[in-house]
Parts: sequence; C-alpha cells; structure tokens
Amino acid sequence: MAEEPQNNNAYWAANVRIILISLAIWATVSFGFGIILRPALSGISVGGADLGFWFAQQGSILVFLVLIFFYAWRMNKLDAEHGVEE
Amino acid sequence: MDQYTLNLLVVGASFALYIGIAIWARAGSTAEFYAAGQGVPPVMNGMATAADWMSAASFISMAGIIALAPAGGYAQSSFLMGWTGGYVLLALLLAPYLRKFGKFTVPEFVGDRFYSKGARLVAVICLIVISVTYVIGQMRGVGVTFARFLEVSTDMGLYIGASIVFIYAVFGGMKGITYTQVAQYCVLIVAYTIPAIFISLQITGNFLPQLGLLGGYAPTGGDVSFLSKLDQVVVELGFTQYTADTTSMLNMVFFTMSLMIGTAGLPHVIIRFFTVPKVADARWSAGWALVFIALLYTVAPAVGSMARLNITTTFWPNAVEGNALDGEALSLEEINTNPELAWINTWVNTGLLAFEDKNGDGMIQYYNDADPEMQAIAAERGWEGNELTRIDNDMMVLANPEIAKLPGWVIALVAAGGLAAALSTAAGLLLAISSAVSHDLIKGSINPNISEKGELLAARISMGFAILLATWLGLNPPGFAAQVVALAFGLAAATIFPVLMMGIFSKRVNKEGAIVGMLVGLFTTAIYIFLYLGWFFIPGTATLANTPDNWLFGISPASFGTVGAILNFASAYLVSAVTKAPPREIQELVESIRVPKGAGAATGH
Repeated sequence: MAEEPQNNNAYWAANVRIILISLAIWATVSFGFGIILRPALSGISVGGADLGFWFAQQGSILVFLVLIFFYAWRMNKLDAEHGVEE
Repeated sequence: MDQYTLNLLVVGASFALYIGIAIWARAGSTAEFYAAGQGVPPVMNGMATAADWMSAASFISMAGIIALAPAGGYAQSSFLMGWTGGYVLLALLLAPYLRKFGKFTVPEFVGDRFYSKGARLVAVICLIVISVTYVIGQMRGVGVTFARFLEVSTDMGLYIGASIVFIYAVFGGMKGITYTQVAQYCVLIVAYTIPAIFISLQITGNFLPQLGLLGGYAPTGGDVSFLSKLDQVVVELGFTQYTADTTSMLNMVFFTMSLMIGTAGLPHVIIRFFTVPKVADARWSAGWALVFIALLYTVAPAVGSMARLNITTTFWPNAVEGNALDGEALSLEEINTNPELAWINTWVNTGLLAFEDKNGDGMIQYYNDADPEMQAIAAERGWEGNELTRIDNDMMVLANPEIAKLPGWVIALVAAGGLAAALSTAAGLLLAISSAVSHDLIKGSINPNISEKGELLAARISMGFAILLATWLGLNPPGFAAQVVALAFGLAAATIFPVLMMGIFSKRVNKEGAIVGMLVGLFTTAIYIFLYLGWFFIPGTATLANTPDNWLFGISPASFGTVGAILNFASAYLVSAVTKAPPREIQELVESIRVPKGAGAATGH
C-alpha cells in the first residue's frame, strides 16, 4: 500500500515527539532539580530536607516511574490510532 | 533453636524452592533457553528484571555506601538516580524496538542492523568484557554472604553458590532463570522491607521508611526533623553534613549519566526484554521492573541514614536528647553488660565493626579524627583518635534486625535475601555470556549450520564453562571489585548503549560508523580507567594518581562512560557521513523495528 510508509512516518514522528518531551522531564527532575538547580531551590523545604535533596533521593525515582507508565499508555494509544498495534 | 540452625533452615528452604522451580521450568528449545519462549507476562518479567538488576551490592552495600560516605549522603544520590533513571532510557529508547526485532541476543541485533559479522564480533567482545567483569563481584558477593551467615569459608560459599546456579541455569536457561528470579525477588524484597519498617518506626515513628526520611525524630517527640537531627549529630562529631552539597557538580552530573546509560546498556538487563510476548509488553515491563526496583531503592537511603543516626547515638547516648559532646561516650562496661547492646559484640566478631579503647579511659569515643576542630577537642579531653575504628557499609543493612531486636527468623531471612540478590544477578549475567558464545560465536560465525538440538547443547556447555570461569575469577579476583564494576558500567555506557540507540534512531549510521564508534568508546573509556586505576587493574601500575586534581576536567574514571558515549556517537556519525549509506534492505529493517505491528513469535532466523 502506498499510504503505509506515510502513516508509519507520521507514527514515528509522533513517537519521537513523545520521547523528547518525556526525556526533557527525565532530565529536569534528576540532573535539574536533583543536582544543578539544588542550590537555587534550597529555600523550599520538604520535611527536614530541601527540595533538591528530596528529588535526588526519592522524587526523581517516583517521577521516572510515572514517566514510563505514561509512555507505555500513550504509545499504546498511538499504536491504535495509527493501526500499528500487534 | 539457635541463630545458625535458623539461618541454615531458611536459606536451605529458599534453595530448595529455586531448584524445584528449575526442575519445573526446564528449557526444551533454544527459544526457551535464550528468551524463555517469549511467554513471560510483563509483571513477572518486571520482577525478574528487578532481581536480575539488584545485586548483592544493591541489597547489602548500597544503604551503607550512601549513609556512611565521607562526602555526605546527598553526594551519593547518583547511585539512586543513575540506577533507576536508566530504566526510563530502556523503556523509551531501546526495549520496545529490540523486542520488535525479535532475536535472542544484543550482538545479533548489532550484526543484522549493521550488516556485518565484524560489528557483531566487536559487540560480542564488549558484551563479554562487561558481563565477565560484572559477574566477578557477584560471585564474591555469594561467597561473602555465605561466609557471614553460615560459618563456612568464602571459597566454600562460592562453590555452594556456583553449584546452585549451575543446576538451574544449565537446565533451565532463561526460562529457569526467569522463574527463579521471580522467587528470588520475593525473598529479597521481604527481607529488605521488614527490618526497614521496624527501624523507621523506631527512629521516626513512621512505618513507611520513605516518609520517615522526611519525618520527625521520634525519640524526642518528633518536633525536630530526622534529617536535621542527623545533620546536627554528625557535624558535631566532625563529619561532613549529611545533606551537604556535592563538591563537583560536573562530576556528579557525568557520574549519574554514566550510571543511567550504563544501566540501559547492560546486556543482561536488555535481554530480559526479549522474553515478553509483545512490543507493548516490553514497555509495560520496564515500568513494572522500576516499580519493583523502586521498592528497594527508595527505602535504601532511608534505612542507611536511620541506621547511621542510630549507631551514632548508641555510641553517644547524650546525642539523643541534646549534644553528643555534652555527655560521655558509651562505656566498655555498658557494651559488655547491657543486653540491649549485645549486637555490638556480635558484629565485632564478624569483623564488620571494630572498636579500640586507644586512651584507656574505658569509653569508646567515635568522631572524625581528621577534622581539625575535633582534634582540638580531642587534645583537650585526652582522646587519642577515633575509637570506633571500623563501621563497614554492609552493617547498615545486615545489623538492622538485631539492632531493632527483631526475631531470629528475620535475621535468617536477610541472609536468604542477600544470597537471592547475588545469585539472581549472577545467573542473568551468565546467561548473557553463554548466549553470546553459543548463539553469536558458534551459530553466528563458527558453525551456522548447527542443528537446533546441537545449539541447545552448545548453549548448555557454554553456560557450564561460563560458571566455571566466573567461579575461578571469584576465587582469584583481579583488583578490587568496586573498580571492576566501574569498568563494566563505563563500557556498557560507551559501547552498547550508543550502538543500539543509533541502530534504532538513525537510518544513516552504517557498518563502518558503528564499528569505529564502538571501538572508540571501548578504548577511550578503558584507557581512561586504566590510567588511574592500574592497567588491567594490576595494583601499582596506575600511570596517574587517582585524585580529582589529575582528572581531565575533574571527571572521575567512574564518570568517564558519559564521555566515552559522546565520543562513540560523534565518531560513528562522522565516519558514516563520509562512507556509503546502509543498503536499502537495512533501511527497511529500521523502518520495521520502529512499528510494533507484525512482531509475532521470535525466531532464531
């Protein structure tokens, strides 16, 4: 079919966009909040620690979890929209 | 019943369970041996991946590595973020596409995508170097855990552990390993969590350690937060503040990144995603793996920091209510007579804890004797150096059940948990090694016409040899295990991760680019590590002293994987740009792995 490659290209472009957004969040919570921005966020306290400390030891892991499940859910939807699911 | 018998019973029962599973899950075909017949449900695969991933180091040492670090607990957060963040990369960038590709090994993908036996061979070499260096630490971990709980020598422990792995890995292959890993995960997470809940209740009054970390300090009513109490106590004794900032932000970023992409590039983790039925399952499975890993990883920093405060206030009883130095240190008499403190002598006997009354005042002063202010106080009070001479990292997890006065079966369970963590990781690594040998070397190069039955036999024999090699290396480890692990992560980050990612996300990177990229990543990273840690880890052969002043831009050898990966990407793109584009059918192959449709059952060829 002639449409198939075009459909697949649109699917791939959408996938890459979702990946880039997810990776931006991934980097922001770990490298950003957890390391580089920690001094800037030191004023915000979370139960005895500062926000950066919490992100480095707990928060980033929780965000990673949400990210993977979001990606899996979003991609399953995208697969169905483009009719490329198994 | 004494503790030793109880340990034997619980560990023995767990081993009987693993062997029972092995008999039930024998592999009958190469598809079962390499990829468990691609029939593992995603949640189960997540559990098996978590056990595969979490080694003896995660289970026994990580809490202590974080809590007792001289640079403070925060600076070690790289381990927590790095070893979990890699799963995001796996889920988004590698696992679904490699599952769609539907073959059995990582080098096989590299060989097919880059239409080159040479590229496949380079990938096999990288895989074997990574997995063999990694398995040494695991075999040591098995031996050490046995020695600690079952009163046998480390070498004897290693032989016992290797025999157990031999039984279920040789007969069951990936299928046997997967289902044993599920059981091993259950054992290890229960063993980790029970003592953690009790210490959290004791120190913070909160039964969830993750919330306890942010909670109040319970012994004084909870008005002071736990972390500020910990900071105050350790600073008073001259140690670095627990939440102190890192001294080198750049190195911390590079180290975290190395661990992340290293995790995503570890072959024994990647092949776990070949075992699920569908592409969508590979995505879910990465999420479940991280759920099960996070159960331990979010608890570890809490347990470690609580155990540290607990041990510190034990040695400075006045620190519970006020300032440590306003009261006296713990006396020898108290240690020997108070039944609540019997654990101190128990752990002194294992060598993980040591004290010495240097000034003969009958009390054990625990402080940082390298700190100038503490030296002044010490001179004033007649102290002659820190008298709590050793607190091993492993204490933070292993001694918790006794400190919290939990029943003997919990201690026995921690022993079984430590062994489960070490055995499950060793088995996963051994499978990655043996499948590379039997599938990539024997079937892929030496004898492509080998029959299915012949290949299965070859896979079992290579597994047997891999176990023998790992046992031998475990008995005669080259250098320090910790340095060797840095090499494994660095190389995985600098070789496997970039080549896989380019294979999926670029249609333009070709054979020449992939080979040059892998070699550049391999050599730059290995050479940088050898420069500082000794050539091939032979002690005394380091070219440069391993200090931050000597490091290139302040990047430590353990963080160099990130640089190696960047060099790999750059050289691969550069070489590909000036050489011929990959043939049409390869570009179609890339198109096909990008869409889930049509994966079906995987085949050998």
